[in-house]
Amino acid sequence: MRKIFLSVVGFSLICRMSAHAQIKPDTSFNKSKFSLYEPVDTSSYNARALRVDEIDFVSSYYNQNGNHSAVTGGIGTEKVTDIATGLTLNLVWLNQAMNKNTLAIGFGFDYHTAASQAFVSKTGASSPDGTRIYPSVDWTVENEKKGLSFGIGTYYSGEYNYQSLGADLHFSQKTKDKSGEFTAKLQGYFDQVKLIYPSELIPNSTTVGTVVTSASGTVGGHGGKASIPSSPRNTYAASFSYSQMINSRLQVAFMGDLVTQNGYLGLPFHRVYFTNGKDTVERLPSSRFKIPVGFRLNYFAGDNIIFRTYYRYYADNWGTKASTANLEIAYKLSPFFSLSPFYRFYTQTAAKYFAPYGTHAPTDQYYTSNYEYAQFQSNFYGIGLRLAPPKGVFGWQNLHDLELRYGHYTQTTGLASDVISVNLGFK
Amino acid sequence: MIKQLIFVSCCCLLMASITSCVHLKEYQKSRLNDSEMILANRKVEKNELNFQSYREAASGANAGKTGGGCGCN
Repeated sequence: MRKIFLSVVGFSLICRMSAHAQIKPDTSFNKSKFSLYEPVDTSSYNARALRVDEIDFVSSYYNQNGNHSAVTGGIGTEKVTDIATGLTLNLVWLNQAMNKNTLAIGFGFDYHTAASQAFVSKTGASSPDGTRIYPSVDWTVENEKKGLSFGIGTYYSGEYNYQSLGADLHFSQKTKDKSGEFTAKLQGYFDQVKLIYPSELIPNSTTVGTVVTSASGTVGGHGGKASIPSSPRNTYAASFSYSQMINSRLQVAFMGDLVTQNGYLGLPFHRVYFTNGKDTVERLPSSRFKIPVGFRLNYFAGDNIIFRTYYRYYADNWGTKASTANLEIAYKLSPFFSLSPFYRFYTQTAAKYFAPYGTHAPTDQYYTSNYEYAQFQSNFYGIGLRLAPPKGVFGWQNLHDLELRYGHYTQTTGLASDVISVNLGFK
Repeated sequence: MIKQLIFVSCCCLLMASITSCVHLKEYQKSRLNDSEMILANRKVEKNELNFQSYREAASGANAGKTGGGCGCN
């Protein structure tokens, strides 16, 4: 008991000494220089040159199987493999007004094989593989004193049958005490869908000579070169979020989007089979309005467990309603090494235009057998690993961050997939 | 749909009001500034989110892309 009493008295004395030490004026400016430390005059900063702040490299391998391909009218193989690789370069500099400028330059490249793609031609002769490139640039200016930032970005995605050009404006403002932040983002995507029809449904006016079209660029037949028209698809989105620190262990964010799409919203090589046995191309309305709202809640429990949660409710005017719930528990084995098992549950109702193979009536106004619009539930679970030691991963100073993640995904439609991803962060 | 949106909004407001916010000093933010506490997707999740948005009808409200790209296959 006496020891405890003396410890408390000792601790309070130390605290008092420290408090008094803070009251004394800082005399370091008057002292003669006897150490390496020199006070820095912050009033005479010059604009700082552009430097590479961070480089992120993300790569994934995705493998999927199922038996409800939209290309073959809701039946048939959905086997897909995809290798996706992306690089983002973050450049930072300070301008004359001492605002932080960040320029993020990204480039991505995907290569995929899709078994169903071969059946764009009735005989299965179309090419089953394809590539996609997607560069992006984003410029953000941040006034750290005011907690204000503003930015613009642009984005492109190109594959043989689909081109997308996007642009965005984003703005964020922190609260006075810097514990909350409001963000708004306006996005526009201007896409072109190449009208590649199933070989038996190609309108005569869209081709020159006899050709068999594919979804990835192989044009066969008698060597004729196809002249394939495109159709526009535009997407406009307004995204809003507000994040708030609740206490020293808990923070939340609320998010919501308003998304409207118009143009050609189906895909021309998706078949639909009617009850009378005849097939045609899927037909969907030319506009769609979506409202997703959600929140994140992260809680730091104890010294080494972090709960990361996410919930989203979604509704659109095609009749789909969906809920997504995600829980990830990050367990810190050390300050620089964590393991994160995760589980995600998703459920959706069917869009009013969906029906399985051979069940649409020929009199229907809109029809699709794409199981993306079916009623189903999905489960996604797996584990992530993160390494960020102060001396660099594997002792390599430039590699400051390594993340690995594996997940297994199943749908009640029978679709199943596996994805493994790696992220390397370089400084 | 409107009823459900109102319900979700009420839940969000209720959650926010359960614990009143406190003013935090910088040294009290050490846990909140931990890299695992970031209120956003992990960088390593980028491609997962892509395939989910292609296989499922719902997308958005996760600080990610809300359009662009085909996901045809």
